[in-house]
Amino acid sequence: MLERLEEIAQEVESSLAQIDSLEQLEELRIRYLGKKGVLTQVLRGMGGLSPQERPLVGKAANEVKARIEGALTARASTLKELEKARRLQTERIDVTLPGTRQFLGTKHPLTIVREEIEDIFLGLGFMIVEGPEVETDYYNFEALNLPKDHPARDMQDTFFFGPEVLLRTHTSPVQVRTFEKTAPRVPLKIIAPGRVYRRDDDATHSPMFHQVEGFAVDERITFGDLKGTLTTFARQMFSPQTKMRFRPSYFPFTEPSAEVDISCVICGGGGCRVCSHTGWLEILGSGMIHPRVLEISGYDSEKVTGFAFGMGIERIAMLKYGIDDMRLFFDNDMRFLAQF
Amino acid sequence: MRVSLNWLKEFVDVPVSAGELADRLTLVGVAVEAVEEPGREIEGVTTGRVLEIERHPNADRLVICQVDVGRGEPVTIVTGAHNMQVNDIVPVALEGSKLTGGLVIKRAKFRGVSSSGMLCAADELGIGEDHEGILILPPDLPVGVDVKPLLGLDDSILELNLTPNRGDCLSILGVAREVAVIFNTELKPVSGVEPAESMIEGVRIDIEDEELCRRYVARMLKDVKIEPSPAWMQQRLTTLGVRPISNIVDVTNYVMLELGQPMHAFDFDRVTGGHVVVRRARPGERMVTLDGAERRLTPEMLLIADPAVAIGIAGVMGGLDSEVTAETRTVLLESACFNPISIRRTVRDLGLRSEASLRFEKGVDLEGCLWAANRAVELLEQMGAGKAVSGAVDNYPAPYVPRTILVRPERVNQILGVSVPREEVVRILEKLEFAPREADDGLLISVPSHRPDVQREIDLVEEVARIYGYDRIEDTLPFGATTPGIRTPEQLLLNQVRELLAACGLTEVVTYSFVSPGVFDRLGIPADHALRDTLALQNPLSEDQSVMRTLLFPGLLETFARNYHRRNVDTALFEVATVFWRCADDPLPEERMVLAIAMMGGTPGGWNLAKRPLDFFQLKGVLETVAQKIGLPPFEFVPGGEHPSFHPGRSAWVRLGDTVLGVMGELHPDVLEAYELPPGSVACELDFDQIIRLDRETVKRYEGLPRYPSVERDLAFVIETAVPALEVVALIRKGGGPLLQEITLFDVYQGKQVEEGYRSLAFALRFQAPDRTLTDEEVNGNLDEIVRLLTEHTGARLRK
Repeated sequence: MLERLEEIAQEVESSLAQIDSLEQLEELRIRYLGKKGVLTQVLRGMGGLSPQERPLVGKAANEVKARIEGALTARASTLKELEKARRLQTERIDVTLPGTRQFLGTKHPLTIVREEIEDIFLGLGFMIVEGPEVETDYYNFEALNLPKDHPARDMQDTFFFGPEVLLRTHTSPVQVRTFEKTAPRVPLKIIAPGRVYRRDDDATHSPMFHQVEGFAVDERITFGDLKGTLTTFARQMFSPQTKMRFRPSYFPFTEPSAEVDISCVICGGGGCRVCSHTGWLEILGSGMIHPRVLEISGYDSEKVTGFAFGMGIERIAMLKYGIDDMRLFFDNDMRFLAQF
Repeated sequence: MRVSLNWLKEFVDVPVSAGELADRLTLVGVAVEAVEEPGREIEGVTTGRVLEIERHPNADRLVICQVDVGRGEPVTIVTGAHNMQVNDIVPVALEGSKLTGGLVIKRAKFRGVSSSGMLCAADELGIGEDHEGILILPPDLPVGVDVKPLLGLDDSILELNLTPNRGDCLSILGVAREVAVIFNTELKPVSGVEPAESMIEGVRIDIEDEELCRRYVARMLKDVKIEPSPAWMQQRLTTLGVRPISNIVDVTNYVMLELGQPMHAFDFDRVTGGHVVVRRARPGERMVTLDGAERRLTPEMLLIADPAVAIGIAGVMGGLDSEVTAETRTVLLESACFNPISIRRTVRDLGLRSEASLRFEKGVDLEGCLWAANRAVELLEQMGAGKAVSGAVDNYPAPYVPRTILVRPERVNQILGVSVPREEVVRILEKLEFAPREADDGLLISVPSHRPDVQREIDLVEEVARIYGYDRIEDTLPFGATTPGIRTPEQLLLNQVRELLAACGLTEVVTYSFVSPGVFDRLGIPADHALRDTLALQNPLSEDQSVMRTLLFPGLLETFARNYHRRNVDTALFEVATVFWRCADDPLPEERMVLAIAMMGGTPGGWNLAKRPLDFFQLKGVLETVAQKIGLPPFEFVPGGEHPSFHPGRSAWVRLGDTVLGVMGELHPDVLEAYELPPGSVACELDFDQIIRLDRETVKRYEGLPRYPSVERDLAFVIETAVPALEVVALIRKGGGPLLQEITLFDVYQGKQVEEGYRSLAFALRFQAPDRTLTDEEVNGNLDEIVRLLTEHTGARLRK
């Protein structure tokens, strides 16, 4: 009997090697361990054993049963692993097929850059104010120390609706409008982004473009503050390594005035085509607000001083993205816009 | 303004290279745009006189020249040029000479004849493009001398880009003054002999309008011989961009470039009675200027006249009749100071701009008129152009009184944020010829006559700053009370809407604010419609950009059309910008912020994704999403039909309560045709200023999550097509009561099994109670009520 049990165990163990599916394994289990299984039938024959033999055989039978079950379980888990591996093999996809396309749009590069400029100045405590695009001669010129017949009016070729009504040529009228509302209170720190218009149309000029005007008025605003503020701006906008150059210039509404250059974003100052081999790129005009401008709008120019600056958003965006034709911004080709 | 470095050096020592000088000038506010060094590569080219020209025995096209280059023996040079003649002075490049492009001349043999070098064309010397023939030099030149100084090739040219306030730098002298300040050196004295007598026999000058002419100096030359000016003068004028004409005219131009004083030369024999009157033009007066054009004059314009006729427009252009010609024997030189504003207006009205008027517009040095006249006479005498008549007429009714300005050195420092010592401020102002002197509360300065731009203290703050150096002013940040750097709720909303639209698949565009008036025809806007009441530009760049837009979406349609033609078919765009509505009682229009959207084609498809059309419902979904995300109640979409640009059956007014926010829908087929757009394209235009004013739920309140399971049921009805879905939903909501949490329309069907004029609407309903698990009985009661209401009000039939 004991020999028979051992035989059965060995039979099962040797059959297992040939089993390669869970179904076959189940058949094997039923064949040996089922109600009519080989082992069960052997155990039924235990009735004929002597009382001395019975516990021994019983114990051996249980051991064999456990052994068989263990072997079956082990095989089952191996088979499951194999089957999983097979399934994973057949489930293989072509991961190089393109991903499902998403339907996303984008903001215009001029909006992206404008918001970036705004964020930098918000961080410096500036507020954002907007003003009308159709302006009077007074706000666009007169109140900015540009009386009629002033030679500097030639600097800005203007679109007119009538002798006194025009499309603003810069965002500076917002300065005057803000002063009128606020004077004589200080401090004042404002940026004014918006559309502006000049009669010009080529690769570097557009009849409509965008500016950000900025100004600060307080009791002790200095030219050094102007330099510091714009340097902070340029280093955030372009790179912390950006070098600055302030060149004396002339605007009727500021004095002293400065054109601001940054070290070339392409060559870093070594000289290249973009910077015309000067190493410098002009990015904005600025200066201390002319005392006359403060006085016209109700400030006492002995008590307060201020700085102001104006930059073209297109210019900044062109430098930032390496765009060489301003007209692309207004052509709105989807293949252009999709790049931002 | 172009500046010759050699010329400049006659006025001041320049201790640095041209390139460095350019940088230094730029940093004091005299911007140098470019530095030209035309002769940089040229070396060893000398003058030579052609002694003989004979044909090359072995080559038809070549000639053999014997050229005297001052070495005793003539040299032999073979050339292919034929324009030179015996006795011509030509540039000769002998062996070892260097020409443009790094070309080094070697001895060479041409068809058996040995050539010692070459004769040069203009382009080979870097002057211009001319390669037509050998450059023929003026005949009075010696042989064997370096051509570089003769041709200005040893010079550097600075191209200045001056700001409008610095008229004083429109001359070599003016730039020299700046150079002297920069390098702390002195100006060299410039000649110009002052005549003893203050009158000229037979000459009378009257200034009728002293406001427009503050000074008029005249000098005279007799026995004038009109001929070309000397080579060196021609060369300098050419270098600075002025065309040489004759000795007299060239000298007037030369002095203008040198001293900044424009001059004019009259043929004195043409001046009736030797009497010059400076007066305003009479109404209707006309004259022929020396360009041959007849000019209509106005009393705003200042004339130079004799008692009979006008002989010139002051400061702008001389008259044809009194022009200096080959026959001229006596010349009257004018050196005057005219009113800048008057000149500016005259230039504008006549459309005549010249180097002279440019300088008068900026204001010339009132004190410099006589000096300039004397300088011109001196130059003319030196070149033998005529004999100076003694004396000068100097009509100078109100001599220059310098403006005095108080400069407070501490104020300078306060504005700049520096601490420049008082002595340094004094030194800078002295150097700039402001003659500072100590006063009780600062420095009193006198403005020199060549700086009319300096008018108040701040101008001197700038003078100190630019000479002290902007780069030496330390960077600081404003110090004092702080201000909040925050966006207003309106600005935040606008940014949020842009973000949302981009997230909904729309791309932002920026279009021009001015449009063609023809836009309204394309949009089918009726002739008398208020939208056509546009604000029109007086001076548009083109008809297509001549009126301010009253609608925004047409700009998107144009963008569409442009993209469609470039095969960018699937496009969804938006823009938020201003439209301009004319106001009856205000010269300024009402500027309204408008949101426009336009879509054509479909969503991008793919190998695993079907394209969805960008249609009415896509657009509506975008608007619904935006409304929800910015905290507005759902927009209402009211069937429209009244907007002429939209399909009457496929458009809607967008409304919230009583406020109409705008219009949306499929574009009218006529509009699509006018813009050549694909069928089904949709657009909308919403008044963003209205949206900003709406009550929004700006602070989100949390709602507790349901704790009890929901019951979901589907219902489908067959219902007349004419019944709007919104009405069906309202009845479902009513019948469903408060337990009905969500209604989703998941199918709309027309076709087989549904009779003509009817459609099937299928809804998924979700019921849920906050405090208990719902029973089937409860929900069934609600469903029965829904069916009852729908059947009763719409004749709907439940589909089983």
